[in-house]
Amino acid sequence: MRIKLEKRREPSLAMLVATPIASVILTMLIGIVVFDLLGIKGFKAVVDIFLSPLLASYKWQDVALKAAPLIIIALGLSMGNRAQVWNIGAEGQYVIGALCSAGMGIAFGQTGGFLVVLLMIAAGIVGGGLWAAVPAWLRTKYNVNEILSSLMLTYVSFQVLGYLVGGPWKDPNGRNFPATAPLADAQTLPVWPESTVHLGVLVALILPIVFWVIMARSEFGYQVRVVGSSATAARHGGFDSKRTIWATMIIGGAMAGLAGGLEFLGVLHKIDLGFASGYGFTAIIVAFLGRLNPFGCLIAGIVLAVTYVGGQMAQTSVHIPNSTAGIFQAMMLFFILASDILVRYRIRVIPSAKAAGV
Amino acid sequence: MASPARLELTGITKRFPGVLANDNVGFAVKPGEIHALLGENGAGKSTLVKMIYGIMQPDAGEIRWDGQRISVANPKAARKLGIGMVFQHFSLFEAMTVLENIALGMDAKIPARDLESRILAVMGQYGLKLEPHRIVSTLSVGERQRIEIVRALLLNPKLLIMDEPTSVLTPQEVEQLFTVLRKLAQEGCSILYISHKLHEIKALCDTATILRGGKLVDTCDPAVETSRSMAEKMIGGSLKDISRAAGRSFGAAKLAVKALSLPADGPFGTALRDISFTVRAGEIFGVAGVAGNGQNALLLALSGEAPNADPASVTVDGVAVGHLQARARRGHGVASVPEERNGHAAVPIFTLADNAVLTARDRLGMVRAGLIDAKAARTYAGEVIEAFSVKATGPSAMAESLSGGNLQKYIMGREILQKPQVLVVSQPTWGVDAGAAAAIHQALVDLAATGSAIVVISQDLDELLSLCDTMAVINGGRLSRPMAVAEAKIDEIGLLMGGIHGEVAHAH
Repeated sequence: MRIKLEKRREPSLAMLVATPIASVILTMLIGIVVFDLLGIKGFKAVVDIFLSPLLASYKWQDVALKAAPLIIIALGLSMGNRAQVWNIGAEGQYVIGALCSAGMGIAFGQTGGFLVVLLMIAAGIVGGGLWAAVPAWLRTKYNVNEILSSLMLTYVSFQVLGYLVGGPWKDPNGRNFPATAPLADAQTLPVWPESTVHLGVLVALILPIVFWVIMARSEFGYQVRVVGSSATAARHGGFDSKRTIWATMIIGGAMAGLAGGLEFLGVLHKIDLGFASGYGFTAIIVAFLGRLNPFGCLIAGIVLAVTYVGGQMAQTSVHIPNSTAGIFQAMMLFFILASDILVRYRIRVIPSAKAAGV
Repeated sequence: MASPARLELTGITKRFPGVLANDNVGFAVKPGEIHALLGENGAGKSTLVKMIYGIMQPDAGEIRWDGQRISVANPKAARKLGIGMVFQHFSLFEAMTVLENIALGMDAKIPARDLESRILAVMGQYGLKLEPHRIVSTLSVGERQRIEIVRALLLNPKLLIMDEPTSVLTPQEVEQLFTVLRKLAQEGCSILYISHKLHEIKALCDTATILRGGKLVDTCDPAVETSRSMAEKMIGGSLKDISRAAGRSFGAAKLAVKALSLPADGPFGTALRDISFTVRAGEIFGVAGVAGNGQNALLLALSGEAPNADPASVTVDGVAVGHLQARARRGHGVASVPEERNGHAAVPIFTLADNAVLTARDRLGMVRAGLIDAKAARTYAGEVIEAFSVKATGPSAMAESLSGGNLQKYIMGREILQKPQVLVVSQPTWGVDAGAAAAIHQALVDLAATGSAIVVISQDLDELLSLCDTMAVINGGRLSRPMAVAEAKIDEIGLLMGGIHGEVAHAH
């Protein structure tokens, strides 16, 4: 018997949808087996990580708060990935975005209000975009691989954060902890009454529609898809690949910066050394699990947020470390990348009798 | 009883999902016979040959070798039997020497010195000129083919399969190749010669087997048949001639290229050197040449994909466009069709409608306020499919799902229906069957009749001679002086194609 990959005439839509779902289910099944082998109640752990946050209504707002930055960042990253631009430094752009929002807030002192909040968010978008412009410049000018440069800039951003919150921006009333002063109430995002759900969640629900229109209907989205499919065909069609790299890289950074700003204004209200929480990296998984489709990113963002919240729940219920969620997230990425080939190829099993009979 | 045929096929059938590639095909090749295998693209020639060479296995039927029934498990087994094959696309390492390339292709390990002396012996025997220590990247296409031939001959084959060997050769190189093949045949080696060039088959082959749609149509004697009768058997219908109005006159100069030079794109690219020519309204201008002499660079320079610093190097209707990129040049009415369909002229994983947007969006107003009018794109794709009888499920078919010929018809149609002022096409009928090629030629003639200037870059001399009004030869990035096709001499064109440093040097 032989197993052969055979190219499909057309990419399979069914597989496009089925593989992410199968990846999540496979991750759950393997999680059960591995935990059982380790002597931990595998079924309980997986239920806690993947299902409990959805079943317990009081956890929904936690899921929403975690999903919002993941979705926003993943939207920007998936646009870049469509153009074969691999920005994996969203974490750094997220940090720089938040810092720029904070800087804008500090510039206004205690003054707040709609306009100031808007300016702070805008500063986050611009900051994230500019941070991503560096790898775009290096790539288009010197052909430096953006995977490396964007990742390295993430560590630079951590240093910038450490310097600012430990030095010029340190809270004078903060008992010498390296952290910014808490935001004045007038500089925070509006919150849904009786909850912790801030305006950023609404942004995360609206942006997928915007990105869908851009990617599926606009000439710019078309340009991004052509450049990503074939740079030569793009040039034939009159599209500038370099400009596309610049644009998608900056949009990716701007979205990460927006997410950082929203997280700062809506949830944390101050920046300390632990501000970078890995959303920028997890969003890469969201983008792939969501098949680089804006609505896919919305759903995948919720799934990943569930594992974050579930990981915390499993910490107390089955006494596994919080970082277990990270292992599950990585497993999902592994399966989705491995099963990607099924969209364009089918598996054919060739019985050995036939091969030998000639 | 007469001696058995070298190779005899009976009832060979091969099925692929959805297609019957070979349907009950049978013929025989005698020792020392040069046997042509004729057919359009998709007629099943390649599949048949792949089964003889062991790359594929037939679903039914039998192969006999010197009277013995055999099954060829793989190419290595085929070589062991004495079957050699020279592919259309060479598998050579550019950065290695001739000797190293040949050594890499041998099944048995032979010490380099022995191999070299054997190579020199084979080359001497057949008059194949080749320097074993040259680096392949410095060789012409004809010389590269000789490496493949030597590689096959080293195995003392009893049957040599040649797949479209002359598509990249100059007329003089073709003559040299034929001399070698005739010599081989005299010594008893059978040759299975795949081609669609009918005059070559008439000149070279003893027998011709014609395939159409996977079925055997006829086995005939090319000396008795005419080129036309064989072509009609090949396409299964009568051949249409290009119809054009007699006594056409040309208008004013439309496309003018003046002293166009462009540096080479990468180490294996070709620089354009001081190219000048003019194409008048209604004129079809042909550019002949052996592959890799700057044809691709010329297309890019004319389409705007490789813009030039000097605006005046390319002018359209007197407007300097040399510095403009592809999109802006389209605005001036310049359309182009590059030779590579998938990934250059079209995006394989896009639908035909989406591919219409690629080059027609500005001229046909498919973008409004930054948004693409998907309906307009679908309608236009539908028109192209209709007008050029493209075999596709419709505008939402993926470009990659079309056969090469059909995709080519679609791409040609996409540009021609935009009514460009200047159309530059490279290899318009490469890999396209005769029926579709005739349709494409007619469309080009019709477009010229409306007053457009057309540049056809092709390696197929027959195509240029039948289609063009004027032609020039490109060699080493230089373009020869243009000549009227009616007065062109094939010998002179051949020498120009070989270049001053190519064939003339060999002759000494």
